[in-house]
Amino acid sequence: MKTTTHVDDTPAAHKAPAPQALCLRAVIQKELRRFFTDARMVIATVLMPGLLIYLLYSFMGSAISSNLTMESTYEPQMYAVNLPESLAAGFLQSGLEFTEISASEAEAVKEQIAAKLVDLLAVFPENFDESMTLLLSSEQGAVNNGEAVPETVPAAPGTVPEATPGTTTEAVPEVSLFYNSTRVESGAVYHQTQYLLDAYKETLRPVFTVNISGSAYDLASQEDTAGFLFASLLPMLLLVFLFSGCMAIAPESIAGEKERGTIATLLVTPLKRWELALGKIASLSLIALLSGASSFIGVMLALPNLLGVSAQEGTAEQGASTLVDASIYSAQDYFMLLAVILSTVLVFVGLISIISAFARTIKEANVLVMPLMIVVFLVGASAMFQTSSSAELVLHLIPVYNSVQCLVAIFGFSAEPLSIVLTVATNTALTGLCIVALTRMFESERVVFSK
Amino acid sequence: MSYAIEAHGLTKTFKASRKTGEEPRITSSHAAGGIITAVDNLSFSVEHGEIYGLLGPNGAGKTTTMRMLATLIKPSNGDATVLGHSIVEEPERVRASLGFLTSELKLEDFFTPSYLFDFFARLHRVDAAQAARQKQLLFSRLGIEDFANTKVSKLSTGMKQKTSIAVSLAHDPGLIIFDEPTNGLDILTARVVTDYLEELRHEGKTIVLSTHIFSLADKLCDRIGIIMDGQMVAEGTLASIGLGKPLEEAFFDLYEARQAEAVLV
Ligand SMILES: Nc1ncnc2c1ncn2[C@@H]1O[C@H](COP(=O)(O)OP(=O)(O)O)[C@@H](O)[C@H]1O
Ligand SMILES: [Mg+2]
Repeated sequence: MKTTTHVDDTPAAHKAPAPQALCLRAVIQKELRRFFTDARMVIATVLMPGLLIYLLYSFMGSAISSNLTMESTYEPQMYAVNLPESLAAGFLQSGLEFTEISASEAEAVKEQIAAKLVDLLAVFPENFDESMTLLLSSEQGAVNNGEAVPETVPAAPGTVPEATPGTTTEAVPEVSLFYNSTRVESGAVYHQTQYLLDAYKETLRPVFTVNISGSAYDLASQEDTAGFLFASLLPMLLLVFLFSGCMAIAPESIAGEKERGTIATLLVTPLKRWELALGKIASLSLIALLSGASSFIGVMLALPNLLGVSAQEGTAEQGASTLVDASIYSAQDYFMLLAVILSTVLVFVGLISIISAFARTIKEANVLVMPLMIVVFLVGASAMFQTSSSAELVLHLIPVYNSVQCLVAIFGFSAEPLSIVLTVATNTALTGLCIVALTRMFESERVVFSK
Repeated sequence: MSYAIEAHGLTKTFKASRKTGEEPRITSSHAAGGIITAVDNLSFSVEHGEIYGLLGPNGAGKTTTMRMLATLIKPSNGDATVLGHSIVEEPERVRASLGFLTSELKLEDFFTPSYLFDFFARLHRVDAAQAARQKQLLFSRLGIEDFANTKVSKLSTGMKQKTSIAVSLAHDPGLIIFDEPTNGLDILTARVVTDYLEELRHEGKTIVLSTHIFSLADKLCDRIGIIMDGQMVAEGTLASIGLGKPLEEAFFDLYEARQAEAVLV
């Protein structure tokens, strides 16, 4: 007993400002202890969301990819350069109708593919059929059809013949299929065409290759593809998860204390009302953040399964895994993401806490939060219909909406530091207001003793 | 000399809500115009080291008075000084210097008596060594020791009540305000509580309690104030109020006199 506490004793000697901090700390510690020593609560709010989301989305992914094809009535827009007669009939039989164009029109078509107006462009070498027969008869396969290729495939094949003449691969005629993976129809006809060509190749032995040099054929850049997917899906999901995390704990912690009559026990101590308000919001935000993080990790892990549609068929396997690789974002992106998420959680916890303080029971709190939840979800859903943040700077002064705009921008690689700063500042200020309001409410007997 | 508590014209009004079906008042004048006057211009003083009882029927305004003294609610009018601090001007100093006990103040089910005691001691800024001593003292005196590490949810009602008392006295306050000390307690626990209150008085603590039970007031209180409809109708020692009659007789004399008055008005 002689060893009095190191922290408490020295400053507490004259009831100096230091004990203030201790009271706040005591409140936060108790809230966290309440949560983290309750296995059921930790499992329900931190472990389960992530796990469930992972399982659900993975399941959805495999279910979707098995039947995600284009509408059967849809007529794909497909063009071909040097379409060989030997293949045209086979394509037509499978419902793939190519419109023939000249090599000089190819660039224009590619632009249209990038703009999602056209689904596919197939570029065959000149005299494809002749070279096939030649190859097959000579068994050697060393005919250079390089004339048409350099135009269509800019980098590799154009330089390869000069750089390394004599290798066997350079002699193999190359067919290029240009498509846009962010358009379902385009992806579908691409895979179908590729499949048919593979089948044809099989009958001839390996004498030519299709889109052999990686993913350079999808004219959407890989970053853009992933950014597109992330930006259209994640803001909505994040918002829903973060809000759900807050919903799971804030009404319980504030309306619950009123309902059970435990808040009055706190209020007869010298504990300051602002300490209680701040302590509650700080600890609840931390827990909500964990819950949100769990859901988020679940999504990130499930995303390759959910979006692995293109991985289903053939060669695109590694394409799909890089497609949803979160490492395309820089450290700065992640820092901005964290700042936006944190400030959003603070706003959610602040607003739900105030609503919960009005309510007399947890049940009532959950009902009263509904309108807010609907607004948040709707604003979140609006992100799915915009792939780039176009909001003016002033609009970042609107809570929730500003979070969505920032998330869309971060995931789409178009985040402006200024709008992030404005959003975080707005949300922090709003949280400050929430703390003041909650303090006032804890001071109000009508709120604390509402029967 | 100075008093432990001095109340001057304490008044508390509530807006009558349509929902709450309150028991009818003795007189209607207190619920006029949708305003309930729960405590009506109440003045009294409590001396250091005594047990003072507020005696009155249900709805008389006892709980409301005690909540005002504990600064949980603010008076609509009037003021009171508690150990020299105004409940209106310095609510925090007041809260730091008294212990407020009532069956309405609940403890969180999830925690143990031991943890809750430490927590409330911290809120009262009691240093750790002092808190440990006080905990040992209170837990052994009230017989909570064996349950110190059992979650409150698993305790009996009596044990919960005793834990609540221990926790509220973590800072060893000189003044204790106890609303209906034996309400909802089984007879054994009630006895422990009343014995302990007497013991506290012997230690020199000042105690204000409220009750509607005559025998309890009779047994414990040095002085009592009888309140009806939020007003003080009699105050003094048991002997001076009863004038030789038992407390209960004296009370009903006052009650009847008041009703007769109300009929006249
Ligand atoms: N929060 C409140 N809102 C409205 N009326 C109240 C409130 N608290 C108490 N009252 C009313 O004030 C009167 C006194 O109540 P109370 O102080 O609880 O009496 P007692 O404790 O003596 O039984 C009662 O009529 C009660 O209905
Ligand atoms: Mg009462």
